[in-house]
Amino acid sequence: MRLSWFNITSLTLGFAFLYLPMIILVIYSFNESRLVTVWTGFSTKWYGELLSNQAFLDAAWVTLKVAVFSSTLATVLGTLAAYALVRGARFPGRTLFSGMIYAPLVMPEVITGLSLLLLFIGIGLDRGVLTIVLAHTTFAMCYVSVVVSSRLVSFDQSLEEAALDLGCSPWDAFRLVTLPIIAPAVISGWLLAFTLSLDDLVIASFTTGPSATTLPIKIFSAVRLGVSPEINALSTLMIAVVTLGVIIASLISKRNFVREQQGVAGRH
Amino acid sequence: MPECAFAPWTDPGAEPLIRFRNVTKRFGDFTAVRDLTLDIYEHEFFALLGPSGCGKTTMMRMLAGFETPSSGHIELAGQNIVPVPPNKRAVNMMFQSYALFPHLNVWDNIAFGLKRDGMPKDALRERVAEMLKLTHLERFARRKPHQISGGQRQRVALARSLAKAPKLLLLDEPMGALDKKLRQETQFELMDIQEKTGTTFVIVTHDQEEAMTVASRVAVMDEGELIQVATPSAIYEAPNCVYVADFIGDVNIIEGAAHRAGEDRYTVHWADGQAPLMAASDKAFSPAQNAFLAIRPEKVLVTAERPADAVNAIQGRIHDIAYLGNISTYHVEVAGGRMLKAQTANTRRIENRGFTWENRVWLSWDSTAGVLLER
Repeated sequence: MRLSWFNITSLTLGFAFLYLPMIILVIYSFNESRLVTVWTGFSTKWYGELLSNQAFLDAAWVTLKVAVFSSTLATVLGTLAAYALVRGARFPGRTLFSGMIYAPLVMPEVITGLSLLLLFIGIGLDRGVLTIVLAHTTFAMCYVSVVVSSRLVSFDQSLEEAALDLGCSPWDAFRLVTLPIIAPAVISGWLLAFTLSLDDLVIASFTTGPSATTLPIKIFSAVRLGVSPEINALSTLMIAVVTLGVIIASLISKRNFVREQQGVAGRH
Repeated sequence: MPECAFAPWTDPGAEPLIRFRNVTKRFGDFTAVRDLTLDIYEHEFFALLGPSGCGKTTMMRMLAGFETPSSGHIELAGQNIVPVPPNKRAVNMMFQSYALFPHLNVWDNIAFGLKRDGMPKDALRERVAEMLKLTHLERFARRKPHQISGGQRQRVALARSLAKAPKLLLLDEPMGALDKKLRQETQFELMDIQEKTGTTFVIVTHDQEEAMTVASRVAVMDEGELIQVATPSAIYEAPNCVYVADFIGDVNIIEGAAHRAGEDRYTVHWADGQAPLMAASDKAFSPAQNAFLAIRPEKVLVTAERPADAVNAIQGRIHDIAYLGNISTYHVEVAGGRMLKAQTANTRRIENRGFTWENRVWLSWDSTAGVLLER
């Protein structure tokens, strides 16, 4: 299809709407001036300053820990849940369960955060890194399970039967055949969970305690005292990490899709 | 064909390898297999033949262990295998989709089952090499399944399922994805491999030609029941009902009233004002019982004049001619608008043959050429 002036205009407007604020933020992170809105010249000094700010570095470390642990946990649980729901024997209420696993996707974060907070208080769990990890696992798990189950649905079940037929126990069949084949979906699920955990503010602020401050919380509270160029620099770095994660995740699933298409095309 | 030498089913003392005993399989309200009893012997190449939904795949999946019978039991070498899970059965299956592991190369696909058994490395390498040789895949050992052709994939699937030297090999529509020419070659290759390895093969197919080509015995199934179990030639020459006669090959069915006309001989009154047809039958029919005379088109002779010594002869008009190269099929309209098919081998060049559309011809056949059926 040829691009008409109408298409070009709507694309430009749409992308400007989406990305202009971020581009401005990135540009101002390289601003010389301490005043955020006045451009005086190019400089990377705020990045330098950021690295010497212990509070930010601590927050970054907490965020990373939370993201790694929660996304790993969410990947394990989400993959198992997807496997059980797609492959498991039909049990009463399976459709209900399949629907319920997606419910947290549309649940307002405030409600998820609040209910988790009530739960942690109820069972007397001290709020800190552990509670944020648990909270992030809870909502990231749904995303992982969506990604993995969409892969499992298109997975030829006779592959698992062939593994059983050749002497695998059901666990071996999963480990040796199913998992390697769905690995790209599992990895992109992990990356998705990781980036979701990185930029979550609402749920983290509900479930955190004084000992654990994540970067989004740190940024949010810092901004209330006025936007500093340091925050811009920090946000730019986070945008870079998240973008990288999303790009890798989509590349992995795309490459796998292409390979699968080739496989199917060759079969006929 | 080894049929004359190899026929354990005729030996009352022979122990079958597989026994289905009153096996029924229901899926909800649907009965896929109904009270089925069947023996399959060692070294047999046994074909389960029928239209889709007849229960043949369910039978195979019960042998592999992927389905459990609702009632009845299945024995393999004298042992009830119903409670045995698929990974503990000395049975391997070649899947219709081949189910090759896409993340493993050809060599690893074939070695997969052997590794699960913990076979020592040297023996394993030797066995895989043997399988690659058997299926002519030596050059493709390091390729991934998506890098080889459909025919090669089919052979990898066969090698993988044979590697563990199973007592029984199940083949689910093994040639379904191949084109016709490749399919015929593969059928002969398959028979060759079956003879070399001495494995018992059970094949599921909806292709009657394929079943006839490869099998020592064929079971024709319909709606979860066995209709007839016999050698390919018996199924073709002596079908036990119209369904089998019609399913296997081409056939003319002439319905009429049967009357006894001597020992094992019956006349069939099939149309008013037409001479009754003479048919031999060792089955007894009561007077005027409704019967079906089944005659294969290639057993019907087409001539311009009525052959002097013909037992059965019907006059008709050529309605259509299907020229297939090696043979021609004549569609001849006879009394009552009924259409009969007659097949002749084209042993002469086309311009030398006598008949064309609208010609009046005589169809004739011997009294033993057809089979008289009750239903």
